[in-house]
Amino acid sequence: MSNRYIDPAPYDPDSEASTPARPDLDAPNWLLIWRKFRRHKLGLASGLFLLVSYLMMPFAGFIAPYSPNEIHRDHLYAAPQLVRLFHKGEFIGPFVYPEKATADLVNFKWDYTTDYENPAKLSFFCSGSKHRFLGLFETDKHLFCAPEGATVFLWGADRLGRDVFSRIFYGGQLSLTVGLIGITVSFILGITIGGISGYFGGVIDWFTQRVIEVLRSIPELPLWLALSAAVPSDWSPVAVFFIISVILGLLDWPGLARAVRSKFLSLREEEFVRAAEMMGAKPSRIIRKHLLPNFSSHLIASAMLSIPAMILGETALSFLGLGLRAPAVSWGVMLNDAQNLASIEIYPWTAIPMLPVIFVVLAFNFLGDAMRDSLDPYSYD
Amino acid sequence: MREKRLIKVRDLSIGFGKGPALIRDINFDVNCGETLALVGESGSGKTQTCRAILRILPKAARIHSGTAILSSPTGGCDLLSLSERELGDIRGDRISMIFQEPMHSLSPMHKIGAQVSEVLCLHRGHSKRSAKQEVLQSFARVGFPDPERVYRSYPFEISGGMRQRAMIAMAIIAKPDLLIADEPTTALDVTTQAQVLGLIKDLQQETGMAVILVTHDLGVVANAADKVVVMRKGRIMESGSVAEVIDDPAHGYTRQLIAAAPVIPHEANPSCARTIEDPILQLQNVSKSFDLRGGGFMSKGGLVKAVRGVNFTIGRGKTFAIVGESGSGKSTVAQIALGARAPDTGGIIRFWPENGATPLEVQTLEPEEKRRFQRQAQMVFQDPFSSLSPRMQVIDTLTEPLEIHNIGIRRERQDRAVELLEQVGLSPSMLRRFPHAFSGGQRQRLSIARALALRPSLLVCDEPTSALDLSVQAQVLELLEDIRDRMALSYLFISHDLAVVARIADEVAVMRRGQIVEQAAPDVLFTAPKHPYTKALIAACLEPSVCQKIDLDAVATGAGNPQSWPEEYRFKDMIAPELVETDPGHFVRVAL
Repeated sequence: MSNRYIDPAPYDPDSEASTPARPDLDAPNWLLIWRKFRRHKLGLASGLFLLVSYLMMPFAGFIAPYSPNEIHRDHLYAAPQLVRLFHKGEFIGPFVYPEKATADLVNFKWDYTTDYENPAKLSFFCSGSKHRFLGLFETDKHLFCAPEGATVFLWGADRLGRDVFSRIFYGGQLSLTVGLIGITVSFILGITIGGISGYFGGVIDWFTQRVIEVLRSIPELPLWLALSAAVPSDWSPVAVFFIISVILGLLDWPGLARAVRSKFLSLREEEFVRAAEMMGAKPSRIIRKHLLPNFSSHLIASAMLSIPAMILGETALSFLGLGLRAPAVSWGVMLNDAQNLASIEIYPWTAIPMLPVIFVVLAFNFLGDAMRDSLDPYSYD
Repeated sequence: MREKRLIKVRDLSIGFGKGPALIRDINFDVNCGETLALVGESGSGKTQTCRAILRILPKAARIHSGTAILSSPTGGCDLLSLSERELGDIRGDRISMIFQEPMHSLSPMHKIGAQVSEVLCLHRGHSKRSAKQEVLQSFARVGFPDPERVYRSYPFEISGGMRQRAMIAMAIIAKPDLLIADEPTTALDVTTQAQVLGLIKDLQQETGMAVILVTHDLGVVANAADKVVVMRKGRIMESGSVAEVIDDPAHGYTRQLIAAAPVIPHEANPSCARTIEDPILQLQNVSKSFDLRGGGFMSKGGLVKAVRGVNFTIGRGKTFAIVGESGSGKSTVAQIALGARAPDTGGIIRFWPENGATPLEVQTLEPEEKRRFQRQAQMVFQDPFSSLSPRMQVIDTLTEPLEIHNIGIRRERQDRAVELLEQVGLSPSMLRRFPHAFSGGQRQRLSIARALALRPSLLVCDEPTSALDLSVQAQVLELLEDIRDRMALSYLFISHDLAVVARIADEVAVMRRGQIVEQAAPDVLFTAPKHPYTKALIAACLEPSVCQKIDLDAVATGAGNPQSWPEEYRFKDMIAPELVETDPGHFVRVAL
C-alpha cells in the first residue's frame, strides 16, 4: 500500500515568535466584550432605549407640557387627544381639536364633545407653567403646549384632570432613580459582605451565609410593608423617596453578596491570583488589582438584572399606598389611582403608567442577559 | 487478502460562521480492522475533522464541501448528505465515539449500567433486562473486575481510567464497524493511558473494527496505529503508513514533531554518589495533612495525608525533579517549598540565600522576612491560560512584582520588562497587548518572564509544560534550560511525565501516594529502575518509534495497588518500607 501524501507547500518552522496567535483577540477586554455584546440586537436596542430614557429624565419638565400636579377642573378623566396635521384636508401643522366636558348626571360620568371647527394649533418652545430646568434655574419654557382655551392631553387626564403624559415623565424621574440608589446601597453592602465572606472564609463565611439564608427566607413584600410603614408620615416626599430606595437596597444585597462570594472563591483559585500571592502581594492589593477588575463585569451584569426588581418594588409599594405619597409622582403612585377596576374600564388610559414599567423592566432584563452572555469573550463561536 | 475499505473521506472542508474554510482538502481512507491516527497540535482541526464524520460539529461550523462514504454490504452512503434521521441509525450502531473527558461524557444522573444499556435498547431493540447480560459481558471484556458493581455505580463513584473503560464498553457494545476515539487518553495518567490503549487494541483484534484515533502524541501513534495523518492548521501535512511516516518523515513539520517528543534515555553512565556541597533548598521530614471539611465549621471531616515524610536537598544551580501521577502530592510539596502552605509540625524547609550563609527556615518566617524570601524563590505555573490576569497588559503583569517590592521607578521597571521579554525570546512589541491574544507557548514564556522579574535564585516549576503542545513543550524546556545556565538558577521541577524531566533534571524523585518511592540521577533511574512503580512509569512512556512495544504487565503491576507489588516493596498497613540507599546516590523504598 503506497498512498503516501506530503504537503507540497513550503514550511517555515519558526515563523511565529511574538506575533499574536489569536489576532481576533488582540484588544483590551472591554473591547472584546463590546464586540460580542454588539451582536445581541435585542440587548443593544434595550441598552439604547434605557440610555434615551435616562437622558430624558433631567429634561422632564421641558418635555412635559404641564407640571405634574397641575389640575384641570374642566377636564377630569379627559380622553387621550390625537395630534393631527390636516384640518379639512388642508395641512396646517400639528394641532388638536379642543374638547368640552359636560357632566352626564344619569351615568355619573363626564362626556366630552370635540369641537371639530376650531383647530388649536400647538406652539413650540412656548411658555407654560414654571419648572426648574435641569434643577438649576427656573423657567417656563416647554417643548410644546396647547394655545389658550385648549388642552393637549396626549395620554389623557386622570381623576383630577392632571396630564398623564406629563406625569409619566415626572414619575420616571423617581421611578428610574429608585433602582440606581437602591443598587448603590445593595452594591456597597453586597461587595463588602460578599468579599469578606469569600476572602476570609471559615467561620466568618459560614456565619454570613447563614445570615443571608435567613434574610432570604423572609417573605419580601410583608417586610417592605413593615419597613415602609415605619417611615414617619410627616417626612418630605424626597426624604420618603430616599428612604424607600435605601430599604429596597437593604433587602436586595444578599443575592449580590452571594454572587460576589462565589466569584471571589473561584477567582482565588486562578493561578494569576496565586502568582500574585507568591510574589508577596498583600490582600488589599490582590483584591484591588486582581479580583475586582476581573469580576467587575459580572457585577455590572448582575446589577442590571437586579435594578428591575427594585423598580417593581417601588411600584408595588406605591401602588399599595405605602411607598411614595402624593404630591410626589412615580409610576406606582399613578397606578395607585388606577386601582379601581371600574375606572379602568371606563377610563383605560389611567393604566397607561404600566407601559413604561413593563418596557423598562424588560429592557433591563434583556440588557442584563446580553451582558452576561458577552462576559466570556475569549471563545470562538 | 484485499483490504476492504470502510470509510472514504474526500475533499472535506469545514469553516466557521461566514468565514473561509479553516479545515481544507482533507482526504483519507480507513480499511476494516485498521487504525488510522489523526495527529496534530491544538487548533490543527483534527477533532473537528472526525466530528464532521458524525456531523456533531459545533453550531457555528459549516461543512463547505466533501464526501465521507461509509461502505456497507448494500453499497455505500455519504455520511455528510444523509438526513439527520438516517444518521441517527448509524451513530452509536455502526460508528461510535469516545471523547476526551470521560467525566463530561457520562451523565452523572444515571447509573453506568443504564447508560450503556441504552445503546442496545435504541439500536438492537433490547429491553432493559435482556440488555443487561450483554452489558455485563462487555464490562468484563473491558477489564472491570466486578461488572455487577460497575453496572450499579454512578460515574463519579469510579476513577477516571475506569470511567474511560466504561465509555469504551459503551462504544463497542453495539459492535460498531468504526470507533472514533478523540484523545481517549489525554486526560489520564500515563500508566492508565497505556492500559487503555492496550485495551482498544485487544478489542480491535477481537471484533475487527476500524479505529480513528485522534491524538497529539506521536508516541501513541507509533504504538497504536497502522496509518497516520499529520495535520497542521487545518491541512494535511503528511499521511501514510506509520512505519513510513515515523521512520522516515518527509515533511518538515513531522520531523519537528518527532524531534520534539521527549525520549527516555536508554544508555547509562555508572551510578555515582554525589554529595551536595552548596545546597540552596532542603526539605526535611515534611508532611502535610488536609482536613476534609464537611462544609461548616461545626462538622468534622477525616484527615488526608497528602505528603508523608519527604526529604530532599537541591544543590545550587541544579534541577531537582519530582515525578508522580495526579494525587501523588507533588504539587503540595512545591507549595510547601515556597512557603505558600505550612507543613505539619516537625517539617523543616531550609533555604540558603547564598553559599555558606545561615539558612532561613521558611516555615517559621515573619511576614517581612517572607517577602524577602519571596524575592528569591518564585513559581512558574501549569496553566498558561489561568496564570496571567486577562485584565492586565503584558507590561503591567511583568512590572507587578517590581511594584510589589518597590523596586525602581516607572522608567526602570519598563526597561526591565523589555529586558525580560527578550530573555524569554519574545519581542517588546507585546508590551501593550493583552495575554488572551497569545498562544499557550507564548503565555507560558510570559509567565516565566514574570517569575524572573525579581531575579530569583530558585524557581519552582509546577508542571510548566503539561498544558502545552509537544513542539511548544520542547521549546519551553529548552528556554528553561537556557535561562538556568545563564542566570545560575536552581529548579524544583514538578511533572507527571518522566520523559519530560529526563533531559532537564540532575536528580529525579518519583512520588506515589505522598511518599518518595525512588530517587536517583535520571540516567540511573531510567536505565536501572528498581521500584515497580518507577518501572511502570517508564514502561508506560510511549516513544515515537515503531519498534517499542508496551509492557502492559509491568504497567499494570506497578501502577496498581501497592499490595500487588513484590513482597519487599509492599506497604504494610499503609506504611511503606524505609527509603534506603541501594547504590550510591540511588534511594529506593524497599525492605531489605
